[in-house]
Amino acid sequence: MKKLCLKVTAVEQLSPLVKRFRFEDPTGATLPVFSGGAHLTVEMPEGDTIRRNSYSLISDPYDGSAYEIAVRREDRGRGGSLYMHTKVSEGDDITVSLPSNLFQLDLRARKHVLIGGGIGITPFLSQLRQLDMEQKPYELHYAARSREEAAGIKLLPQAAHIHVHISEEGSRMDLGAILDGQPLGTHVYTCGPDGLITAVADQTARLGWPKAAVHSEAFTAPPPGEPFDVVVKSSGKTVHVKADQSLLEALEAAKVDIDYSCRGGACGRCHTKVTACDGRILHNDHWLSDDERAAQQDIMPCMSRFKGTRLELDL
Amino acid sequence: MTMQFNDETFRGDYTYHNSPEAIRRFPFPFDQDSYMYSVNIEQHPGGPKDTPFEKMFDVDEHYVAEMKDREITLAEDPLRCQSLPHMELAGWDLLELIMVSKARDYPDLFTLHRDGNDWHWINKPLGIEKKFTFLDATTLPCGPMEYITRQTQGDFALLHERDNNLWMDAGMITSQADWSLDFDVGMNFFEWHAPVPKARKMGVFDKALKFLLAVGQGQHYRRLNWTMTVNPRLDTSPENYHKWGPEKRTITPENVGQKQFLRVELQTFFRLPRSNALAFPIRCYLMNLEDIASNPKWGRRLHRVLRDIDPALAEYKGFAVNQKIIVDYLSQFDDGAPTSPGIFPDA
Amino acid sequence: MPKTEFSPSIDSRPTYAGLVSQGAAPAIMVADEAGAAALFDLAASDASVMDHAHVVLVGCDAAALGDVKPVALHEAPDFDAATPLVTQLLNTARMGTQIYLAGSEGLIGHVSALAFAAGMPVDEIQMEHRGSIARRMQCVHCKGITEDVTTDPFTCAHCGLTLFVRDHFSRRLGVFQGVCVDAETPGVVPEVVEIQA
Repeated sequence: MKKLCLKVTAVEQLSPLVKRFRFEDPTGATLPVFSGGAHLTVEMPEGDTIRRNSYSLISDPYDGSAYEIAVRREDRGRGGSLYMHTKVSEGDDITVSLPSNLFQLDLRARKHVLIGGGIGITPFLSQLRQLDMEQKPYELHYAARSREEAAGIKLLPQAAHIHVHISEEGSRMDLGAILDGQPLGTHVYTCGPDGLITAVADQTARLGWPKAAVHSEAFTAPPPGEPFDVVVKSSGKTVHVKADQSLLEALEAAKVDIDYSCRGGACGRCHTKVTACDGRILHNDHWLSDDERAAQQDIMPCMSRFKGTRLELDL
Repeated sequence: MTMQFNDETFRGDYTYHNSPEAIRRFPFPFDQDSYMYSVNIEQHPGGPKDTPFEKMFDVDEHYVAEMKDREITLAEDPLRCQSLPHMELAGWDLLELIMVSKARDYPDLFTLHRDGNDWHWINKPLGIEKKFTFLDATTLPCGPMEYITRQTQGDFALLHERDNNLWMDAGMITSQADWSLDFDVGMNFFEWHAPVPKARKMGVFDKALKFLLAVGQGQHYRRLNWTMTVNPRLDTSPENYHKWGPEKRTITPENVGQKQFLRVELQTFFRLPRSNALAFPIRCYLMNLEDIASNPKWGRRLHRVLRDIDPALAEYKGFAVNQKIIVDYLSQFDDGAPTSPGIFPDA
Repeated sequence: MPKTEFSPSIDSRPTYAGLVSQGAAPAIMVADEAGAAALFDLAASDASVMDHAHVVLVGCDAAALGDVKPVALHEAPDFDAATPLVTQLLNTARMGTQIYLAGSEGLIGHVSALAFAAGMPVDEIQMEHRGSIARRMQCVHCKGITEDVTTDPFTCAHCGLTLFVRDHFSRRLGVFQGVCVDAETPGVVPEVVEIQA
């Protein structure tokens, strides 16, 4: 996979929990431009392992002078966001992937409705720049618990079609009011906690929206969990997955050849067949269907974990 | 300019011809003595020096003549170039990819000066010089996809990604192997491949689509496809089938070596940055049996491939009616000796 | 006349699952005379489906719907007359509007193409084939559309070429593809047969 070795040129505290990072090419070269909603995978080397997390790009997609991301500190995560918050500062080298997009706008839409909850505002920051440049009609709704937590406010332009909903101030987002009566040909995009994504899916289903007009991206990083062991079928080797490591990271550290892209359970690239399972797979991805989850014959190593006595993978 | 461009035609008197250098670098598509569909994908560009695989967009001795032929086809039928409204951005992405690549790979033929969005493009072989504003379609004489593909060999399809599928929502198609852009534009991957026999059942398309959806920015790939054409005709469109169809029945044992062409498509895949669309250039190379057989390995192998091919594929690729004459002709070049693996000629 | 069952074909050939009520949602319904019977059956299965429905009948009069009472009922003599009306209904429709099409493949193909252009995914359109299995054919050579084709091969109504009937279908145009049958051997035309379902 092609990588870019960049320099951290700015770090800014946007809110108590969210920092913004700016990366530029050390020689000043132009970076590949991207499409609204794209993300980067950032490498975080610690000791002999490399942790990789994906973050939405928040900068102008057509501006190759820099990439920007916003990272929310998750104190109970695997440590990726903590690394970004505590170990990365201006002047550091940083290795990132090329931009990739699993949450692109459907530019056929007659209108775009963007709904972001909390740190889920991030992919919309690049999308709304693209929508402005392409002169497409849209409205954006940003929901956060408190103004202090709403790091995105600083990054959003002030405009009539950009709405901020702060629940602490009593202006809770009313999905029914937002979604009802939109013109035929509208597409809705949601990014945020699972509860928000489910609420939008339920509301659009109630209103009879076509499924193809409803898009979502969960921004979860792999969750930590109890350690477990996994057997690689081809070599018979047992790989230990630590509590703060994803299965994918453990396989990579053990030099097992495995493909990946988003590392967030959305793209399907690391989809792996399970050849033996004595126990329960803890599916945390958004890729497998409910039937596939129940069958326990497939796993997404970037997100999912295992509880039981034996898990063997077709690798 | 170092490259010499042929003065030749792809219709009427058919003066198309391959120089010894063009024969040497021909992308012969068979890496073994038999053929069945496969997802035969490699990284692109990359390959031996002076082959069509070396550069992002190969420019060869047929460049100027092919562009003249495209102009004739478009004048007769403007629907060969179509872009649904949401695909203009992908057109700009493609224009950028081609201009930047050609200016880098062929500096003596093409020049591109960029100052922000103020671009200055010089295409010496076609005698074009143009200053325009990138991303502003009013500064070009036509849409960005049409503008650049009137200056680039090969057909181009631009594929829009949505609903875990790819949709052919734009294209410049003037040298196609018998499919209609005007009819297929707007179709998804499975719909536009629907007329291809056998492959769906074999799971070829599911695998191919999965692969294409995973193609990322900065990763480019290629594959070779092929068919057979009577006379060196680029425009073998269904639109004009009633015009070129009769030519298919003019093959005789005496003329087959010169009139029957192997038509090779060098297909490449690029993820475009701003639109996240996939560009799918389909470059066509034509060579008659006589020129192919001038390379002993290719002569032997082509005889075996066409002799033993699945009848449904011979039918689909449109040469079943001439298969016997072709195979009889090629048999004189096949002494039964083993062939070396891979597509390249023996040194 | 009951719903038509078609034999399996290639991926681009449309299939018509039959109309299923989506309840009392805003709806645009378009049918020809045979298709009107499908709307009648739909209303019989769930009367509320007509509560917010605009019905456009093409080439037949309102009597075809019997006592079914949609919100609005429009009659149009043919596709050309119906097109601006359906387009206007689509342009002013809101998300959640359901589309029901019933009748010939020509009608379904033509109106589903309009709905698709307005942003309606084709697989969310309710479609039921009733009546004649005649096809709406586009000549790949002259691009002219010949309606109500019932034989294979057939003569293009515009350029006069003899065309064979392919199953390849364009949702954007709402037509099947017709290709010259004697291009390689002019005058040698296979026996004419009736199109089968």
